[in-house]
Amino acid sequence: MARMKFVCDAERCIECNGCVTACKNENEVPWGVNRRRVVTLNDGVAGEKSISVACMHCSDAPCMAVCPVNCFYRTEEGVVLHDKDICIGCGYCSYACPFGAPQFPSSGTFGVRGKMDKCTFCAGGPEVNGSQAEFEKYGRNRLAEGKLPACAEMCSTKALLAGDGDVVADIFRNRVVQRGKGAEVWGWGTAYGSRQAGQPPAGAKS
Amino acid sequence: MMRLVLTISAAMLLAACGDKLQTSAGVKSDTSAFQGAQNSFVAPGWTPGDKTSWEQGLKARLQNTQNEYSKTK
Repeated sequence: MARMKFVCDAERCIECNGCVTACKNENEVPWGVNRRRVVTLNDGVAGEKSISVACMHCSDAPCMAVCPVNCFYRTEEGVVLHDKDICIGCGYCSYACPFGAPQFPSSGTFGVRGKMDKCTFCAGGPEVNGSQAEFEKYGRNRLAEGKLPACAEMCSTKALLAGDGDVVADIFRNRVVQRGKGAEVWGWGTAYGSRQAGQPPAGAKS
Repeated sequence: MMRLVLTISAAMLLAACGDKLQTSAGVKSDTSAFQGAQNSFVAPGWTPGDKTSWEQGLKARLQNTQNEYSKTK
């Protein structure tokens, strides 16, 4: 299996915030913390584009590189997770992340001693899969339940895709071919390397 | 008096013996997702512990839930 990846199709996102709501509900994320959020570019201007943003689980994750206590690890599927028992809440990852993914809640079970919280690709953390301890610290472990991230599965327009990188790329490629435009995948070049950045197919009207 | 001084000295000297080690143990090991979750929300159609089954299940789910072109054809 290829690694897990997110793709947000800016041609389809309608800024409904269904992904944000699904994430907060599924993981019981506390007030003040948004693991995922929708950003609108050129808001109010004709042709505005919206994109759903969260941790992209980068191939060469800057957060992992700067963490002074090495609390990050990468799963076999390429999902970047962290251990809240080791995190000291220093915030270095927040400065390093190009997507603004790390969140620092100030209260509640997620925020004891200001530990970092972020999207887990619905893969939980270093606790027993599906256990109460894992849920309270990291949220649901849908991957271990044989499911995909709630944000993508709840997306009404299927703008947000999540899962096996090869399959996700195939679905997106098919769309671009069908509509003949919108091949640019926001954030892919940053997260997965410049070769992964979407390029318009030759002769396409993008 | 001497006994009191000895007791206080011993208490101060041995105080550090009760401290927890401050060295990091590293990230706790995480079980692979294909091993399945210990709750009642596991999706049917795959066998927990079988990696191939888990991968095929996720791929099928991805096609069924996120690729509407496969439904419109």
